[in-house]
Amino acid sequence: MADEKRLQEDLVLSNAPHIRSKDSVRKVMWLVVISLLPVTINSIYLFGYQVLLIIGAAVVTAVAAEAAYQFLLKRKVTALDGSAALTGLLLAMNVPPHAPVWMVVLGSVFAIIIAKQLFGGIGFNIFNPALAGRAFLMASWPVEMTTTWHPFSSGNVLSSSLPGVQSLSQEAVDTITSATPLGVLKDGPGLLKDLAVAPGQLYEFLFSGEMLKSLFMGNIGGCIGETSALFILIGAAFLLYKRIITWHIPVSYIGTVVVIMLMYYLFIDSDMPYRAILFHLLSGGLMLGAFYMATDMVTSPVTARGMIIFGAGCGIITSVIRLWGGYPEGVSYSILLMNAAVPLIDRLTKPRVFGTEKN
Amino acid sequence: MLLKTFKGGIHPSGNKNLSRDKPFVNLSIPHRCYIPLQQHIGKPAVPMVEVDDIVEEGQMIGRADGFISANVHASIPGRVVEITDYPTVYSEHGQCVVVEAEGSFSSSGKNVEPRNWEELSSDELMNLVHEAGITGMGGAAFPTAVKLSPPEHREIDTFVVNGAECEPYLTVDDMLMQTYPDEIIEGIRITLKILKINKAAIGIEKNKPEAIKAISKAIENGNFNETIELHPLPVKYPQGAEKQLIYTILKREVPSGELPLDVGVVVNNVGTIFAMREAVLFGKPLIERYLTVTGSIVKNPGNYKVRIGARITDIIEECGGLTGKPAKVIMGGPMCGLALNHMETSVVKGTSGVLILGQDEVAIHDYSPCIRCGRCVAACPMQLMPNELGNAVEKQRYDIAETLHPFDCIMCGSCTYVCPSKRPLSHFIKLAQVTFSAKR
Repeated sequence: MADEKRLQEDLVLSNAPHIRSKDSVRKVMWLVVISLLPVTINSIYLFGYQVLLIIGAAVVTAVAAEAAYQFLLKRKVTALDGSAALTGLLLAMNVPPHAPVWMVVLGSVFAIIIAKQLFGGIGFNIFNPALAGRAFLMASWPVEMTTTWHPFSSGNVLSSSLPGVQSLSQEAVDTITSATPLGVLKDGPGLLKDLAVAPGQLYEFLFSGEMLKSLFMGNIGGCIGETSALFILIGAAFLLYKRIITWHIPVSYIGTVVVIMLMYYLFIDSDMPYRAILFHLLSGGLMLGAFYMATDMVTSPVTARGMIIFGAGCGIITSVIRLWGGYPEGVSYSILLMNAAVPLIDRLTKPRVFGTEKN
Repeated sequence: MLLKTFKGGIHPSGNKNLSRDKPFVNLSIPHRCYIPLQQHIGKPAVPMVEVDDIVEEGQMIGRADGFISANVHASIPGRVVEITDYPTVYSEHGQCVVVEAEGSFSSSGKNVEPRNWEELSSDELMNLVHEAGITGMGGAAFPTAVKLSPPEHREIDTFVVNGAECEPYLTVDDMLMQTYPDEIIEGIRITLKILKINKAAIGIEKNKPEAIKAISKAIENGNFNETIELHPLPVKYPQGAEKQLIYTILKREVPSGELPLDVGVVVNNVGTIFAMREAVLFGKPLIERYLTVTGSIVKNPGNYKVRIGARITDIIEECGGLTGKPAKVIMGGPMCGLALNHMETSVVKGTSGVLILGQDEVAIHDYSPCIRCGRCVAACPMQLMPNELGNAVEKQRYDIAETLHPFDCIMCGSCTYVCPSKRPLSHFIKLAQVTFSAKR
């Protein structure tokens, strides 16, 4: 129960302080949900109304799963505090726009029951529930998770801009045009090898101004919430303004990716390093991950120094997976791996208590 | 000058406008005064009167007992009608001398020729402060004479004057500095003489421009620029907490578990300095003080001069009563003040304000688990981890709590204020402190 009690005179007695800030868990969670509105609306506009169905199914399932679990275990039902809804929404942001709804429903149940409630509910989960749900879906239905992108026939410049593409088999064209830009970057050279397309030509296409513009606006293959850097940044600006997230994690995360990519493209690969960096920043789930997934309060460090280390760790793992790993994209795994390191980071970044020697 | 301030801290809404511009008003003398013998840190005073004794205004009715204690005086002339236990601000059963007004006032309204304090020695001045029962008037009520007599081997070089008044709602120090700047400067000079040093630094938060102007002018007029520095401080709670104030002004960190003395500093609140000056110049004991009576349901919030021992009910009545039902009655400010369980409690030397919160301003929060947002960690001016302390105490893992520096907590309440899960973090830390103190 609360720390306060009423006495016969009806005066409330409690320890100081007697005033509290107006922020609450509920307010924080719902504000994050609201900040995702621009992204959501843009996604519906770009990908069609089935996106709304996916989001609705994910959110409703998450809230219902939490309520059912808490009810069955005779716990206090807090399913409407916004955190379950947010988990559902974030999971939906992390699946392809044409993913089967039943799959998203299962992902939502996994996120809430396995990743959150079994660990003790809000505040106690180690892994970001939405990302754990996504990892579960990736492991269970990899085909559905990696092929149900939205085809942009006109936006997909691949067929026209690459010399020799006309001679590609229909199968190869389908494969490439239905992939994400990061997917093309990772698998493109292999697919195009037989067609005598040099990697330089592929880069020219991927790092073109057209492509960067698409990545900024979102009319490109990718998960529901990750394709438009612009709308993610609008939501992120709102969160920063409302002081729900701080700059530490996104800046150190994205900054680390920039530094590593700069090294790679300056010294190892490519003759257009700056466009390549821009491509990496805008493509895949980096923006969504850095501003929305890595900043999850429960699964990130509590100190400013810890947040910077956490963000840098995410940046390193993301870059390594993208450049040398087997997957085209590494954002969600990097965040999940760093989630596991949070207790350690917290222990190592305890602030020095005022008036004490370094501890 | 840009001052680097302490780490952490919060910006609660000030709510000072209720009383900020209200000049001091003398409240009428209460018919009865309930004067606790313990109004300070240390041992309670020993009663020197008996029931039915007639006491004069300012007559000593309780003598300091031991080194850390303070004398207590009759706030009004009259008859001692009771010496018994009453609930006081510090205890459920605090011995009080109850005086009922009778006879005439011996000092109030009479002109007394001020002493020429510059002719007195440090010890003589200190004795006057001790006799008058002066204690810290900012809240903690530590006996001032004790504070001003540091152990021989301690080298004091700076006297820090606390005019920060960072607590929301309170405006009494602000008004005191605006109204009596020359008196405060004189009080500072007296203190410097007692401490045998010649450097004072006064810190005032920048949200009190009038007070800064007044004090600055008083320093200018007296030509004390050499000895008294004025530091306008960034507006941030708890800027007026002793350790944070010293750090902001002097960049010295009071080591964990030690006192300002250990870094060569003595800190006093402006209210204390004002009372001290009156004690030295006029031999006036601490029988009345200025305080802020405020809250949205107080009809006439403002800054008032009140007799020690006056009950809150009487004071509220004098301030026009309440316009709504009170939910919380607080002595002090909303961040550090003490909630009272009844309105009969009397004002003591350390009462800087009386704050009444209405029904809609007091929420009884159910708290939920920590969501690790880190706001408490960022807010803690001592760089503790209130989240972990709270979790440890909640699980009764005092072994863990012990490793998290619970005794470095200054009870500023910033962590509790910011927590979105509404966790009573400072309450948990207090619990850890009490538990460990009981074990030792």
